[in-house]
Amino acid sequence: MATAAGVNGRKRASSLQRKEFLAGWLFVAPMLIGISIFTLFPILIMLILNFSDWDFVMGLDNFKWAGLDNFARLADDAKFHKTFTNNLIFMFTVPVCMAISLLLAIIIDKHVYMKDYFKVTYFMPYISSVVAVAVVWQVLFHPSKGPVNHFLRLVGIDDPPGWIADPNWALVSVMMISVWISIGFNMIVYLAGLQSIPKDLYESAEIDGAGGWIKFRKITLPLLSPTTFFLLITGIIYTFKSFDLIAVLTKGGPAGSTSLMVWYMYETAFLNLKIGYASAIGTVLFVSVLIITLIQWIGQNKWVNY
Amino acid sequence: MPVQKTLNWKKAVVTLIMFACGILFLLPFFWMLSASLKFENDVFTYPIQWIPERWNAVNNYKTVWMGDYPFWLYYLNTIKVAVLTTLTSVTVSSLAAYGFSKVHFPAGRWLFLIVLATFMVPQQAILVPQFILYRSLGLFDTHIGLILLNSFSVLGTFMLRQFFMTLHNDYIESAKIDGAGHFRIFLQIAVPLVRPAIATYAILRFIWTWNDYQNPLIFLRTDRLITLQLAMQKFTTINGEYYSLIMAAAVSAIFPLLIVFIIGQKQVIEGIALGGVKG
Repeated sequence: MATAAGVNGRKRASSLQRKEFLAGWLFVAPMLIGISIFTLFPILIMLILNFSDWDFVMGLDNFKWAGLDNFARLADDAKFHKTFTNNLIFMFTVPVCMAISLLLAIIIDKHVYMKDYFKVTYFMPYISSVVAVAVVWQVLFHPSKGPVNHFLRLVGIDDPPGWIADPNWALVSVMMISVWISIGFNMIVYLAGLQSIPKDLYESAEIDGAGGWIKFRKITLPLLSPTTFFLLITGIIYTFKSFDLIAVLTKGGPAGSTSLMVWYMYETAFLNLKIGYASAIGTVLFVSVLIITLIQWIGQNKWVNY
Repeated sequence: MPVQKTLNWKKAVVTLIMFACGILFLLPFFWMLSASLKFENDVFTYPIQWIPERWNAVNNYKTVWMGDYPFWLYYLNTIKVAVLTTLTSVTVSSLAAYGFSKVHFPAGRWLFLIVLATFMVPQQAILVPQFILYRSLGLFDTHIGLILLNSFSVLGTFMLRQFFMTLHNDYIESAKIDGAGHFRIFLQIAVPLVRPAIATYAILRFIWTWNDYQNPLIFLRTDRLITLQLAMQKFTTINGEYYSLIMAAAVSAIFPLLIVFIIGQKQVIEGIALGGVKG
């Protein structure tokens, strides 16, 4: 009797297990199939393209193996060096944006009425379409008729820069717009971070006679370090992925001064039709983001101090 | 001792200063709106007439919407792509999220790790191979291709999984004892319980798809298929120096999103704060 029940139980258990097994696969199948087709398979294609010299308009007959040529050429390509340097300069937007956002978050968190209103205000650029925003800034930055330069002349700067039309100023202009767009996101994340800091820490610090600056240095900043680290990493990754703003605003110009990696890849693949070479640029992008992500994994435990 | 509720002067002053900063911050939007209401000749008059003296709003918007350039068609395209992308993405992601959190099967753990690993791949890096794949699959230059591209979101799966995990297993176990299968539990118990999270993700996905410029640029070619962001740029090229028209188009492109954002404001901001998500 006991054994019979045991066998039955085991049968029941294994049929339940089979059911779970089937259900599990069915639930995750659409996602897995999608990822396989649209992400994993393209990675495989990319690995092949990396070592090829191919103009895809000419069809498959035109496909030639090129070994490591693409990467060797990248190493010597002055335009790519310029692009990579631009990317590194562009990273500077991340700390600037974070500093402004933190300041705004602290003010909005404690020192104002109508918090929600301010959240929405500073978040507006982030949800607006990049194309529309870029078009507006293009006009605002117009060298001769734009309101920005009009204002600058009004306050006595007779020879204001040409902004996005000026090779020396174009990257800075794009960076300023990029900061303006990203402030909302950074501020919202910082606000969430601030709200998770226990209030009694501040109260006991006040009892000990700590002023605002000390409280900020000794409580706010250290307790926000996970948020700061997170924003730093996602921000840097975001700069590597930037494309829309460049494509609409400057097309990498003038004179390559605003060419960023994704733009250069786009130009190489879709305007110059060099698929193999573009794929190699994509690989550099991929590896860059991978390295930053690895730093994040390692740093998450070490860097962040509670 | 009763705490007197008086206006905190320091706080009020800071609020006023911040209010001024906020207006300064949003000045580009005000300029855009204002320019879209004016005659072309008045766009660059100084000092700036924030409220136009001569209005040409009706004409500007009429030209944008009913002129030679079929703006309404691009609008419909965008709505179609954004709505369908949101629907499929939410469906796929919540199914997967449930599978990865509430169904216990041995492969689940490492399958989830694979899915998570693909999150590290920036889509921009694989644009070129995706383009080649799309051409050979016949998905290039179709709406369905564009929709599929954003339908398999790791981010959405990860975000929703966090919420499914907070559901008590007791609910699910007792439903199982009553003879319900996983699919019924998913539809009748799990999904209703995480509805706020699903709404948050849906709004974010809608906004991201609406604003997507890069993918339509690469994966669409035919003029009547393009979405608003591309149309916006083409419109700018065609209308070169007609800034009042361009600004009217820009306002039209931003407006629906603004509505979505204002309605779903709480969800969007909470979603961003919670997951720290970034499209």
